[in-house]
Amino acid sequence: MEYVIEMLGIRKEFPGIVANDNITLQLKQGEIHALLGENGAGKSTLMNVLFGLYQPEQGEIRVRGKAVKITNPNIANDLGIGMVHQHFMLVDKFTVTENIILGKETKTGLKIDLKKAEQEVREISERYGLAVDPQAKIADISVGMQQRVEILKTLYRGAEILIFDEPTAVLTPQEIKELIQIMKTLIKEGKSIILITHKLKEIMEVCDRCTVIRKGVGIGTVNVSETNPNELASLMVGREVTFKTEKADAKPAQSVLEINGLVVKDSRGLTAVNNLNLDVKAGEILGIAGVDGNGQTELIEAISGLRKSESGSIQLNGKEIRNLSPRKITEAGTGHIPQDRHKHGLVLDFPIGENMVLQTYYKSPFSKAGVLNFKQIYQKAKSLIQEFDVRTPSEFTLARALSGGNQQKAIIGREVDRNPDLLIAAQPTRGLDVGAIEFIHKRLIEQRDNGKAVLLLSFELDEILNVSDRIAVIYEGEIVAIVNPKETTEQELGLLMAGSKQKEVGEQTNV
Amino acid sequence: MSNRVKNIIVPIMAVILGMLVGTIIMVVTGYDAVAAFTALWNGAFGEIYYTGEVIRQVTPLILAGLSVAFAFRTGLFNIGVEGQLIVGWLAAVWVGVAFDLPPVIHTLVAVIAAGVAGALWAFIPGLLKAKFRVHEVIVTIMLNYTALHVTNYIIRTVLSEKSDRTEMIKGTATLRSSFLEGLTDYSRLHWGIVIALIGVFIMWFLLEKTTRGYELRSVGFNQHASHYAGMNVDKNIILSMVISGAFAGLAGAMEGLGTFGYASIKGGFTGVGFDGIAVALLGGNGPIGVILAALLFGALKVGALNMPLEAGVPNELVDIIIALIVFFVAASYMIRLFIDRISKKGVK
Ligand SMILES: Nc1ncnc2c1ncn2[C@@H]1O[C@H](COP(=O)(O)OP(=O)(O)OP(=O)(O)O)[C@@H](O)[C@H]1O
Ligand SMILES: [Mg+2]
Repeated sequence: MEYVIEMLGIRKEFPGIVANDNITLQLKQGEIHALLGENGAGKSTLMNVLFGLYQPEQGEIRVRGKAVKITNPNIANDLGIGMVHQHFMLVDKFTVTENIILGKETKTGLKIDLKKAEQEVREISERYGLAVDPQAKIADISVGMQQRVEILKTLYRGAEILIFDEPTAVLTPQEIKELIQIMKTLIKEGKSIILITHKLKEIMEVCDRCTVIRKGVGIGTVNVSETNPNELASLMVGREVTFKTEKADAKPAQSVLEINGLVVKDSRGLTAVNNLNLDVKAGEILGIAGVDGNGQTELIEAISGLRKSESGSIQLNGKEIRNLSPRKITEAGTGHIPQDRHKHGLVLDFPIGENMVLQTYYKSPFSKAGVLNFKQIYQKAKSLIQEFDVRTPSEFTLARALSGGNQQKAIIGREVDRNPDLLIAAQPTRGLDVGAIEFIHKRLIEQRDNGKAVLLLSFELDEILNVSDRIAVIYEGEIVAIVNPKETTEQELGLLMAGSKQKEVGEQTNV
Repeated sequence: MSNRVKNIIVPIMAVILGMLVGTIIMVVTGYDAVAAFTALWNGAFGEIYYTGEVIRQVTPLILAGLSVAFAFRTGLFNIGVEGQLIVGWLAAVWVGVAFDLPPVIHTLVAVIAAGVAGALWAFIPGLLKAKFRVHEVIVTIMLNYTALHVTNYIIRTVLSEKSDRTEMIKGTATLRSSFLEGLTDYSRLHWGIVIALIGVFIMWFLLEKTTRGYELRSVGFNQHASHYAGMNVDKNIILSMVISGAFAGLAGAMEGLGTFGYASIKGGFTGVGFDGIAVALLGGNGPIGVILAALLFGALKVGALNMPLEAGVPNELVDIIIALIVFFVAASYMIRLFIDRISKKGVK
């Protein structure tokens, strides 16, 4: 009886696709068990089966040795299984406590006993070192905190087994460190964890064992202490993966994007981008490094026209584009891989094919005199799906049904394919598997080598250091330093991002 | 089971359930259900005259259904069909009474006037939604009442001398057709059905085949992504409401130029606009679905008139059945769940 959870020979089909085919996963008491696989391999599906959201066509689930049928999440709850989803399910206008007790309210008579609930939430929060304020409104707390609320929610419902679906994809490096600490505490308190992540480093750091699935098929389970990142990567992709992207030196030419004295306010009306200067040249990748919340989002929204800026100038190929409409800016020669793929990147209720022409539908050959040419649209979509390895049953499938990583690949394909003079890539590899990351990095570099300018925003220092030709460090809405990735270290970058203006670094380059 | 099949089965089940519960009510209250349904059928399709009347009844229902469906498919909820319809009715009659134009052209101008009037009436909630994010449901409901009272006032003061109805429209503006009437044993069937069917085609073509429709649907699903993609979100919201209102206005023209030939002071709503919501709902907001649902509602309404005569059943019972069908469609979530259960059992 050493296993708390056993999923044996699980099979789950969707129309046109077998998402899980004879997968076995066994979770030991007190371990952190990684679930690894490419985008669309079927990880979320498998966990949704365990959580009772999907019913498997075949296979057996055992909890502590007893065969069970988990037909809905309530049953999963009762069995002590809790899940922290890839996309959070919280009510913005409610407080932390209200969200946590939702559906499980403690009542005295007919009245909800909020005081008691708050007390309980505080206790659990302290016990696991979550440091969550029970009275805060969800809308006012960071994404990292929201995730902790989701964790609290499962614990409040008495979860002994916790499923984390790509928890670190949305977190900053600091938050990731804290989450790892929290997971360790959870284990100490006798919980068991299944962790989905694409970051092999994290698996090596915290996990005991790792189950690998490839294209819906279970490949096997390995002890993390007996393996290494390279082996894990090749197990999951089925071929060797290189981690360091090879690239020739950049040959920067004329400036494509020139920003001078830009001021942008955030949604609360506070100055987020403060008199910022920056230029990106043809034939180079400029990486923006910074701690989340230092104006990078506002900067990118201002360049792409999603947000109005207060003053300054933004020039593309010498033409002023500041505060033009997104359409005009796109037509001037920009492409934009947005940070939030569900909010900006896709119309989830459109087929993936129609999403592929989101900015070009009104142009030939996709339409003529206002009438769409679906044959051309779907042909284009089909070729992009192939080229960018978007795993989907067909180009007619709704974007919503694609796995998170494949949605991202579709967006990247669409933006790169337009071959813009300036490609803005905001966290382009968030949620992608290592193979896909390698591929995307190659495509970004290819754009550069073709003489295009690339502006890369990422919270992954690895990615910034690996891919960029120049790194601009943003702090409190200003570019505080421009460094050469070959001559800097993670430590130095970290310091700059924290706001220590090192003059030597700042001076040797033209800020 | 695919979603497509479900979209067809769910409304059919709703109709069957509605009739079933209706039957139970009749049996419990001591009426002969078989006779009642026979009377209903005969009253709708038993004679060519009745069929003509059904089609006449169906005509505005199709257009009202299109209006709701179009708004819905583009992310808006147009509860104001009733008001837009009344305004369209008045505009059509006004043109029919006040202008002197050659036949056909006169009719066309009157029909277009109705569409424009409905569109303008819907422009208001569209604008308020686009510019100030005021929810369209609230505004359209209020505008229904405004439409009712404003048109009543105009009829009383401008279009007549304190009378409770306008003059008849000129013969050149009518949709009536002695040909169609002759064909159906002198029912009030008029050319409007052709306009309604053209409307169905336009809605389908516009939404599914044009870049404009692509934008409208996109904005309806996700405003942020549409903005990102360079579409003008505000403009599309307004346009969606305006097109929806135009369909509603046309529905009004069917009554004004076809069935009645005049506009009269109304003590309350016509109900056609609200039936349009039910028609769209039952028809799954699709063009063919709207036609079929309108046909069903039209047949029930016309057939019901025969129930007291032939079976001695009060025709309010038909209203109850219609209400039950709407109820079951609205509860289609439950029906879907039920189907899911069954089809899952079938697999095992
Ligand atoms: N509701 C659904 N309907 C149809 N197909 C689906 C549905 N959910 C998932 N799929 C398909 O099943 C496959 C597995 O998807 P899943 O979300 O489990 O992948 P994943 O391993 O979590 O990938 P990622 O790392 O990108 O999140 C994908 O091909 C996806 O398109
Ligand atoms: Mg997933």
